[in-house]
Parts: sequence; structure tokens; C-alpha cells
Amino acid sequence: MFKILNIFNLLFLVSFAQAQVTKGSLLIKNGTILTVTKGNMENADLLVENGKITKMGKGLVAPAGTQTIDATGKFIMPGIIDAHSHIGIDVVNEASRPSTADVWVGDALDPLDLSVYRALAGGVTASHAMHGSANAVGGECETIKHRYGTLNPEEMRMEGAPRTIKFALGENPMRVHGEGNRIVPATRMGVEQIFRKGFEEAKAYMAAWDLYEKEKVKNPAALKPVYNKRHETMAEILKGNIIIHCHSYRSDEILMLLNVCKDYQIKRLVFQHTNEGFKVAPELAAYGAMASVFADWWAYKFEVYYSTAYNAAILTKNGVVTSINSDSEEYIRHLYHEAAKTQRYGSLSDEEALALITINPAKQLGIDQRVGSLEIGKDADIAIFDGHPLSIYAVPQYTIVDGVIRFNRSKDAADQRLQASATRAETGFFLHKEQHNHDRCLEGAFENTATFFGLERE
Amino acid sequence: MKINVVFTLVFTLALSHSFGQVKKSTKGTFALTNATIETVTKGTVSGTLIISEGKISALGSNVTIPSGANIIDCKGMFIYPGMIDGGTQLGIVEVSSISLTDDSDELGELTPHMEAITAFNTSATAVSVTRVDGITTTLVVPQGGLFPGTASLVNLVGYTPDQIYAGFKGVVLNFPGAGRRGFWDRRTDEELKKEEEKALKQLNDVWTEALYYVQVTDAAAKDPSIKVASNPEMARIAEVIRGKMTLLIETNKASDIEAAIKWAQDKKVAKVVLTGVAEGWRVADKIAKSGFPVITGPIIALPTRESDNYDKAYANPGIMSKAGVKVAIRTNDQENVRNLPFHAGFAAAYGMSKEDALKSVTIVPAEIFGVADKLGSLEVGKLANIMVTTGDPLEPKTQIKYLFIDGWIVPLDSRHIQLYEEFLNRSPGLKK
Repeated sequence: MFKILNIFNLLFLVSFAQAQVTKGSLLIKNGTILTVTKGNMENADLLVENGKITKMGKGLVAPAGTQTIDATGKFIMPGIIDAHSHIGIDVVNEASRPSTADVWVGDALDPLDLSVYRALAGGVTASHAMHGSANAVGGECETIKHRYGTLNPEEMRMEGAPRTIKFALGENPMRVHGEGNRIVPATRMGVEQIFRKGFEEAKAYMAAWDLYEKEKVKNPAALKPVYNKRHETMAEILKGNIIIHCHSYRSDEILMLLNVCKDYQIKRLVFQHTNEGFKVAPELAAYGAMASVFADWWAYKFEVYYSTAYNAAILTKNGVVTSINSDSEEYIRHLYHEAAKTQRYGSLSDEEALALITINPAKQLGIDQRVGSLEIGKDADIAIFDGHPLSIYAVPQYTIVDGVIRFNRSKDAADQRLQASATRAETGFFLHKEQHNHDRCLEGAFENTATFFGLERE
Repeated sequence: MKINVVFTLVFTLALSHSFGQVKKSTKGTFALTNATIETVTKGTVSGTLIISEGKISALGSNVTIPSGANIIDCKGMFIYPGMIDGGTQLGIVEVSSISLTDDSDELGELTPHMEAITAFNTSATAVSVTRVDGITTTLVVPQGGLFPGTASLVNLVGYTPDQIYAGFKGVVLNFPGAGRRGFWDRRTDEELKKEEEKALKQLNDVWTEALYYVQVTDAAAKDPSIKVASNPEMARIAEVIRGKMTLLIETNKASDIEAAIKWAQDKKVAKVVLTGVAEGWRVADKIAKSGFPVITGPIIALPTRESDNYDKAYANPGIMSKAGVKVAIRTNDQENVRNLPFHAGFAAAYGMSKEDALKSVTIVPAEIFGVADKLGSLEVGKLANIMVTTGDPLEPKTQIKYLFIDGWIVPLDSRHIQLYEEFLNRSPGLKK
């Protein structure tokens, strides 16, 4: 009986896991395919079967009844990936301690967030829902697919995506903890020691567990070390199982974290924002650290005053795997345009510019085997534009996730909210002005200490 | 305190860096030959454009090149008028999160006499960063209270207020409204309503006082025995009442736009421009009927309501334009005013004609500001505010090759470009 129940449970679990993700089949006919990794194909078709790209070429035929999109005159590109955003989550910052490696954004997924639909309307199929930058060590993040329409938070997760964690350098942790709470770090020196202390504690913690495992063999009554989620997470970083994504601006602090990672043999490292990454591009390239940047944000606070819109181009030409991110529910809607700015500022080629929002962010999130380019066998995450996506006049027409059309411009109705929720009851007028100085990375960080800098003025 | 000292120190260093620029603007006679000339108002012309004494002195296919002119071969290139941003805080905000570098927002509700051009830092890093992308002229707009101050139109070359002034000033009125200002704005609907009513009463009280001021000063002009105390606030609003200055009415919510139109008509304000107008598409016919021109933006922005289509901010200029509204586009930005052509481009992608989109950042703002005899198109006699490009200026891929502002050829140099040149191939590189 027990066995049967177990088998039943197992079957239930398996079917539940499969039921989580809706997958579709599609034939996209006669468009210009921009694969990003393997060149372009003119007047070509792309076949999607059960959520995967199965064929690309001319004159493809789909099984009868397969949904077909006529892409004549249109451009088909991989679904855009945002390596830094805060959409699809209910809360951004656990701003209570300089290290909160024990928290996880994946516990706060919000399938009702309209921003996910609006991102789809900009061709974006996946994003990195990140913890904020209030703490030197923030929480773990979640890579989500934009399966807007589901009410199940579990279905938002990109199944199998590697674990990632948010680190943060510079003004934000200094403001929140040093100035706000009068605890370390108040300086960039203090920020460094938060990491070193955290990794030292994690090493001691791992050693204690190793010792226990050995002791246990000889002595079944050996005392277990106290479980500590914060040390567990830091230990997983040391073991290479979690990718660091670090909020950073100045070149000195970037080099600092590079040195910390060198000392602890941590290889998987992506710098976020990285406004002064261009100054240390050779060091980043040599280490294999990657960079995710804004196209042109600068001057909204002092640590971004010495920025250049040529950052992405300099990094790219120095061999750093670079992406362009949004960090904004507004900017995420036009990352294709943000990528195009690298053609004005640094004359990147079409392929280099498109890689910044497709295969490169996929590499940074460790999901490039699955998404980020149009290749046979990859997930059918696709954006279709009516013009070349790097043109200012291009408008996204269809956005497809796992072979399912999640955005169709011709069927876009005014109210796309899934339902009113307690925290999103706002239906009235809401004038949006991009508030760089209150960047979204700090959302929620000043609930209790709302007297600092720009926030005091409103 | 310690932090302030550090900031001051770093700022001093920052400024000395920008003083160190060696490339300077120069003036002279220029012949831009073999170009495709997009006049904006008079079609496309192939040929030569002559700049002399700061103005466009000739253009066309049959143009004699003056002797001694600097000839710039523009084969394969395009000439466009410099772009005009109808609303920015460029030059009056340097680093927005550091309040002491923000000169856009004076204390008080009634400060119409505050002059934005007074606080315009002609050496601000963002000025050269902006102009190298072909934006030659901006409206500098103070912000904050009910009457936050007087906006000025400036050309982005020169070192004194006189050198940069481009011939238009307008008094800003933030029309009372009920919109929330961001996700951090936690005021309740009731609080918003109360504040709106209070502000509207305040506005009407101010206006009544200003009308009285006009009567008294009119009387004083005829009767020297009447003495009027200095009142710079009222004196500035009186200029609007007398029809000598334009009133720039900032308003965004549909019901506020309607209320603002009705208010301006009731008060018989002679020169009115509506600015912001984020929900203009909801009341486009009513705006068109009023005849008031509009400066709208940012265009690359979220819709104002969660229940609206995702693209309503993009589509707003096109919808108003099709309804017959005269529409100029602004960024309402500080450091990224350089994105002006892209805001116009998005307007074009989402319904405005490409032609109107280009006009919305050239001739239309020039007309709205009453300076179309000097700016906004390529015509003989106009100021030489000109960019030479490799193509459509609204496309990101396009490069700006030459830039003239007010007849001066301006070096295509900025800190962003300098950092590119310094760091593309860093020296020393990885090894010293």
C-alpha cells in the first residue's frame, strides 16, 4: 500500500511538474530570421514543435492544424532577455542587514504584475528578477520566463536556470547601512570586508559540516553544526553553484570584487550596471567576468558622473561578454532600442548589438544552452518585429514564449491586467517620470529611513 | 558634513577637467557641398548650403561659393536643421541626487520671476554631451511650485546668458492636478483631491491679485502720484496678463487638461502653450478646438494608467497630431536630452507621420516659441543651427558628422567621447 501510494505521489509530482509549463507549436512563414549566433536567413520559415525550435529553412510544412504566422516582410529574432530587472516580483529589498544571503526573490514572485505583459510588448521573453542593491550581499534572484497569463507563480520560474545572487557595491549599501543605520559599510572599504567576512564564515561553516560528516561515521551521536541559511548560500557560491550578479559603478570597486573573487577562486561573476567597466575592460576580459550595462544612463548620482554611452562598445571590443539591461519596468519595454544606441555610440555591428540583449544576457544567466539565439533544439522564445529591430521605427508584433504567443499586437486590448490585487488596486492616473535617483534597485530600502537624499524631497 | 566636503572637492576636480578642453568652437564662412538638404519646410534639395555671418546665406543646386569659404564636402551626407527640445532641465541640474547641484526647483509656490537662464551652467558636462547628438536648442524649464519660474530658450553654444539666449521666454504654471508623481507617492485620493482644490484656489487668488496689480500699475503709469511697491512676482504674471509673455501650462491628466483649457479661456490668457499633456490622446479633439499648441513628452514612457494600452505614451503625439493639434516633442530630461530624436522616432513608429515627427523637434517648437524666423528649418536668412548626418537623424545608427550652432562650427567632443577615445584601447593595458 505504502509503495503504491509512493508511486502515485511520484506520478502526481511528475505530471504536476510537466503541467507547470504551457508549450505550443507554431509555423512562422517567410520572414527574415536573425539567429544572432549563426547569421541571417532571408524569406525563411521557422517551425516550433512543443515549445522547441525544430526546423529553420525554406518551404517548411507543419502538421495540419498547426497555428501559422505570416512573417512576410517581418524580422524574427530570439526573444529578448533582460539580465537585470525587478518585474514579476512583489518586493525588491530585504534592506535590514548588510548581508541577506538567506533570502530569495523566488519567494515573492507575482504573476499579476502587468509589467510582465508590457515587457512582452517589447519583445522580452525572459528576465532576471533581482533582489535590490541595499545590501552588500543581497538575496538570491530568480530567472523568470514571461509566461504572462498564468496565475501560478511556479510557472514563472525558468525551470533549470542556475541560481544567482545579488551583490552590491558603492553608494547604495553605504547609504542604507552606513548612513542610515550607522553600521558597516559606510565606505567602499567596509563593503569589501562584508564579502570577505561572509566567505570566511562560509568556509568555517563548510569545514564544520565536513568534520561532522567524518565524525558521524565513527560516532553516530556526533553533534550537528547549527544550520545557517546565510552561510549555506555563501558556501554554494564558493562551490561554484551560484552566479554572482553585482551592482557596481566605479572601476575601483569593480577591481575590489575581482580581487575578492580571485582570492576565493570564484569564477562565475557578472557585474551589473558597471558604468565604469570601460575603464577596467582588460581586467574583466582577462578574468572572464561579464558586464551588464545601461545603454546611456549617467549623472543621476555621483558615482555615475564619469560614465560614457560608449561603455558597451568599449567592453565588447575588449572581449568582455556584455549585455544591456533595463533595471526598469519602463526601459525593459524597448531594450531593442537601447541596444541600437551602441550603433550610435561605438558603431557596433547589427549582430554585436543584438547579442547584447539575447545570447550575451543568456550567458550571464547561465541559460545560453536553452535561449538567446534561434537554433534547432532551443526553446521557442521568439520576437517578431515589423522592421529591423535596431531601427527606431520597428514595432514588435508577436512575442512567443515556449511556442505560445504571449503578445500579439493586433489583438492588444486596453486592459491587460489579469485581476486587481490588494497591492495593485491602482486604476487611476499615475504620471510616470523616470526617477533615476530613486533607482528601482533601492525600492523599499528607505521605508524606515526615508530621510536621505532625493527621497526626503517628495 | 564630511561628505559635503568630499563632494565639493570632487566637484572642483570635475570642473577643472572640463575647463581643460582644447577643442573650441569657431566662426567663419562655410560651404557644405554635394549634400542632400532636408529643409523640413521646403522639401529636399540637392546641392550646397552656405553659412556666413552666422546665418544660412544660400542653399540650392545653383549656389556660388564665396571666396575664402571653408568647403566641407558632404557627399553622401544629409543636412538637417538642429533639433529643438521644448522642455528640459539641461544645464540647471547636474547630478539629480545631489540637491546642491539641482537649481531647477526654488522654494515657494509663487516664484514666477525665477529665471532658469540665470542658473544655466553653460559649462555643464551634459551640454556638450547633448549637442553632439544634434540638439542645438533647448527650453530650460524651472520646476516645483505653482508658478515655479520663467523658462528660457537657449542655443547650446556660448558662455554667458546673452550668448546662449535664443529669443523666447515663458512663464511656467503647474496647473493644479491630482496625479501621483511616482511609485513612492503614497498620498490618498482624498489628500490628492484636497491638495488640488487648495492649489486651484491659490491659483485663482494669485490671478485676481495679478489683475489688480495690472490695474494699479496701469493707473500709476498715467498718474505719477500713485506709488507701486516692488512686486516681482506680480510683475511677471502681469506680463502674461498683458499678452507680452507666454504662459506654459504644465498639465497631464485628461480632466486637468480640460480644466486648464477652460481656465485659460475664462481668464482670456493671450498666449498659451500646454506642456506635458500625457493624456492628450483622451481629449485630443478638445485640445484641437482650443487652438492651444502642445509640447508633449517624454514619449518613451509608461502609460499613465495600468488599464491603458501599453503603447499609449508612444501613440500620444500621433493621436493629437491627427486630431489637428500642433504638437512639439520634449524629453523633459536633464542629462539625456540627447535622446530627443528617439522620442520623436517612437512617436513616428506608433502613428505620427515621419515628417510630423521630424517637425515636432524642429519647426513646430520654433513656431510655438515665436522664433520660426530664426530657427527650426533650413531657409535662407535663418540662424545656422545645422547638423550634417549620415542619414535619418531619428535612427540610432545615424552619425552626426558636423555641427553648427548659431553659425559656430562646434567640435564634436564631449566627456563621453573623450572617455571612449581614452579607454577603447587603454594604455597601459593589462600589463604595465
